Amino acid sequence: MPDLSINFAGIKSPNPFWLASAPPTNSGYQVMKAFDAGWGGAVWKTLGVPVINVSSRYGGVSYRDKRLVGFNNIELISDRPLADNLREISEVKKRFPDHAVIASLMVQSRQEWHDIVRQSQDAGADGFELNFGCPHGMCERGMGSAVGQEPKVLQMIVEWVMEVARKPVIVKLTPNISDITEPAQAARRGGADAISLINTIQSIVGVDLDRFAPYPIVDGQGTNGGYCGPAVKPIALNMVKNCAQHPDVRLPISGIGGIESWRDAVEHILLGASSVQVCTAAMHFGFGIIRELVSGLEQYMVEKNFNTIYDFVGKALPNVRHWEDLNMKYQVKAHIHEEKCIGCQLCYTACEDGAHQAIRLQAGTRTPAIIEENCVGCNLCSLVCPVDDCITMDRHDDGTQHLTWKERTAANTIPTEFNDEKAGGRHHWVPEPAAALGKERHKTLPGKARALGIL
Amino acid sequence: MAEFSTPTTAQEFAENFAQLKPTMSRNEALYESSRCLFCFDAPCIQACPSGIDIPQFIRQINSGNVTGSARTIYEANYFGNACGKVCPTEVLCEGACVYNLQDVKPIEIGRLQSYATTQAITENKKLFGPGPANGKRVAVIGAGPAGISAACELRALGYEVVVFEAKAQPSGLTVYGVAPYKITNEEALAEMAYLQGQFGYEVRYHAPITGRADLAALEAGYDAIFLGIGLGKTSALGLPGEEKINCVGAVEFIEELRQRQEAMQVGRTIIVLGGGNTAMDAASEAARLGAETVLLAYRRGKEEMGAYDFEYELAKSVGVKGLFNVAPLEIVGDNYVVGVRFIRTVVEEGRVREVPGSEFVQACDMVIKATGQAKQTHFLHHIPGLELDGRGRIVADAAGQTTNPQYFTSGDARNGGAEVVNAAAEAKVAARGIHAFLSK
Repeated sequence: MPDLSINFAGIKSPNPFWLASAPPTNSGYQVMKAFDAGWGGAVWKTLGVPVINVSSRYGGVSYRDKRLVGFNNIELISDRPLADNLREISEVKKRFPDHAVIASLMVQSRQEWHDIVRQSQDAGADGFELNFGCPHGMCERGMGSAVGQEPKVLQMIVEWVMEVARKPVIVKLTPNISDITEPAQAARRGGADAISLINTIQSIVGVDLDRFAPYPIVDGQGTNGGYCGPAVKPIALNMVKNCAQHPDVRLPISGIGGIESWRDAVEHILLGASSVQVCTAAMHFGFGIIRELVSGLEQYMVEKNFNTIYDFVGKALPNVRHWEDLNMKYQVKAHIHEEKCIGCQLCYTACEDGAHQAIRLQAGTRTPAIIEENCVGCNLCSLVCPVDDCITMDRHDDGTQHLTWKERTAANTIPTEFNDEKAGGRHHWVPEPAAALGKERHKTLPGKARALGIL
Repeated sequence: MAEFSTPTTAQEFAENFAQLKPTMSRNEALYESSRCLFCFDAPCIQACPSGIDIPQFIRQINSGNVTGSARTIYEANYFGNACGKVCPTEVLCEGACVYNLQDVKPIEIGRLQSYATTQAITENKKLFGPGPANGKRVAVIGAGPAGISAACELRALGYEVVVFEAKAQPSGLTVYGVAPYKITNEEALAEMAYLQGQFGYEVRYHAPITGRADLAALEAGYDAIFLGIGLGKTSALGLPGEEKINCVGAVEFIEELRQRQEAMQVGRTIIVLGGGNTAMDAASEAARLGAETVLLAYRRGKEEMGAYDFEYELAKSVGVKGLFNVAPLEIVGDNYVVGVRFIRTVVEEGRVREVPGSEFVQACDMVIKATGQAKQTHFLHHIPGLELDGRGRIVADAAGQTTNPQYFTSGDARNGGAEVVNAAAEAKVAARGIHAFLSK
């Protein structure tokens, strides 16, 4: 079997799956239960001067029948006294010496940082995660994302911490910033051992239509919260990639954001993460999801012949390029596999209204047909098609030509004026489809009702 | 061997006749509606005789606009709730759902439809109202799906409408002729009350229109007359012994069942004659009323039965047995039915031929004839100039106008017997035909 264990910037863990600093790591009871279930590590819910929370604290985004595709919270850092947390940290470490216990920290003054780092170190924490990400409640007090958005301040605090830290220091970054690599570089300059990202995104998940207040509602009012859950994975992946590719970051990355299955974890790892943190999925489905995460990751590694996690950390990065490096000669066109088509005609309306009018209806069948000369290979039809492999994007170039925007720029063949003849869409005028193709210009009216004249 | 014990209380009756398509909970509706693909020019719409914009109403349910969903349904079909429950959705909308081609369970369109309309009915949502009065009056004969649908549409167009109904309750087949496991009396009547509340037409019950004098009064008092009279009683088979006690017509049997419910009495061994959907209903109902043995006797093989496959499956699932390739010769007994004398048949080149010497008597204590309904030709002959076709159906043009221009029609009397949804859809067209005629 493959070896799932990691050594993340000096923090050892039997597998790369950590619980993120959040409600699931609020107590020793929870962390031990999670370790029993199979989690490799836990980042303790942020320690600091305890807060007092409000109710309610969570808001959810439902999509059709799916609950919590997006999730937000207005909960703050730990509301339990520091001494209780430290006592439990040391108890967990005694019982689980081989698991990773990381203390998430958030305080203000240099002295406070020194004190809390020393105390958590003495309690047995394997490392620290500096919470520079919290986008609600704490930032107004000059902490959390308020720090994460100020690279100079971030660097200074990291330096304070490094003065006393004898264990690895991870800096947790906020995504509420235009360029995530700026605070990441600041973390490196400050001497941090690793970074973790992303923290939650400032958000309003919805508004109550009857009470006219944002969710979650506290006595008729609400505030912006921190967004997370499956919906944020694309944003997290991009930011992980940005940090992993940046030449001045070069730090181990703990990937966080929308990890619910082993596939999500592998995606984070392929883009450069070497540990992953999970929260929303554990809050939604419980610690038991670790069984699926570990089993899926193991199976993936077996099938790909990867012996360790490090065999594929960042393996997709060479293929993530700037747009200007992409081959503009590569050409795909949609192909409908008629035997699989169920006749929903979603591809037809999508292409007709949302793309390039490259699909037509055919008399006598509900299976639409591709108009190849109009198809630009945009992919939309294959994305809306509800049947697997019914619409494939087939390659139409012969693979011999390779030309990028960068190369065209160098060759001076890019459009440079407003009405430049060199534009890619030159003379790309789509004639009225009815006139051009002899088809009816469809109104989106249901057939029978239209025929009966009922509507 | 009987699966069902004879129901003696309303609760036992309700258990034996549990709804095949119970109303969905909000969660069920949310989950089911979320599956709809929102097909372009959707096949389900095309398969619906009333052309309901099904993807639209399903999406409205999913987005929390259940009232808008009900409006979408009722705009196309005034029997929206009833049709969701009694329609043969397996061969109509749900049968056309593209998921069938993917071997995925089709969307439960019927139940979603009833979910949305039930909510509108229960909460008495104001969706429609009568149009501005245009000073003209239309008489509607028959408060069934055709008559009530026509009445709604005519009121929406501003006509004063009076519906004449021979029976004590509205909704025709939906209350008197449909199997009780498809829709309850309460549900059917609630929709009728809702529609009447919305549109405000008048219904006169126990008001049969029977002869020339009645018709002449209507012709004089109303600008147009809509015939929504449906079909008549079960046709006579012309068999010896047909008059014996416990030899009944399926239409009459089902009507009695719908009205008397657990007070209904059936025999212990029942033979149902016929192979259509009504035969399946009657057989299934007889079994649910506690009959020990129910035999479905049909002149041809089971593949040739007119009933939908799922209706036959439903009958089989409650223990009904098939007796195929037999023709009844005589109902046996003194005053009471004690059996049916059959002769075996073979089908040669599409024609049924009796096998000489193959006669036998199958014992039973009740016979239900589900062998078609008679046309109301005797009554229709009182309408001057009204033409019927060779099968006794009223001849009408695309707008529902008969050969007597003052009379319009739709539903079973015109189409010879079809689904509730056909009557509802065609009545809407006929009402518009009346409007066009009177607006000339």
